[in-house]
Amino acid sequence: MTILRLVLIGLAAGFLSALFGVGGGIVIVPLLVIAAGFELRSATATSLAAIGVTATAGVITYVIHGDVRPVYAVLLGVPAAAGAAGGASLQQRLPVRTLSLLFAALLVGIAIRMLLQ
Amino acid sequence: MTYALAALLGVVAGVLAGLFGVGGGILFVPTLTWLGLTQLHAEATSLLAIVPTVVVGVWRQQRYGNVRWRSAAVIGIASVGATIGGAQLAESLPEHVLRKLFAVLLLATAAQIAWRARRKQP
Repeated sequence: MTILRLVLIGLAAGFLSALFGVGGGIVIVPLLVIAAGFELRSATATSLAAIGVTATAGVITYVIHGDVRPVYAVLLGVPAAAGAAGGASLQQRLPVRTLSLLFAALLVGIAIRMLLQ
Repeated sequence: MTYALAALLGVVAGVLAGLFGVGGGILFVPTLTWLGLTQLHAEATSLLAIVPTVVVGVWRQQRYGNVRWRSAAVIGIASVGATIGGAQLAESLPEHVLRKLFAVLLLATAAQIAWRARRKQP
């Protein structure tokens, strides 16, 4: 039964990921916790590993359509990988709860700008 | 100049993603459109930019034994077919519609981050 749930999570994540150019963690992580009984930490880690496959499949599809700009991907993606490692270790030292609300507000700001454009 | 800016924004996006436990994509896409790419090209490029962050993240997490590989494989393999459908839809939607849908995804992500932050409060 769990396998079926994991397959459904994969289908939802794959569709969302390719439609929006994101990893799909926003659906995988909560669904693993709620529908498959994962603890948050292993849900996040397992989601990352799944996203590796999902993102690669999406990239191949978009490369066929000629939509990928590899130079930008490398320029953004490689520094980001280093930054993410730094950000994860900062988690222990910063008041993440307060910052999270500020970050959520930043995302809302970007969203409003996109909606008004 | 744009390239230097892209690398700088990459670091910022990575730090924020690591700090708040979100993937880079949610930040890569707006960054790339800001750098002049169309919404569709930004989304396609974002997917490739995600890969290095994921590789480093998985490498770190598997040392702590947090990755459940079989589950990850099932989700990953199941997702492959659905990515073709998602990409087809993105290709067929007009630019402004795709952009507005992405804005809705941003709002949902913001809500999830705020919910997690409140839940962690003692």
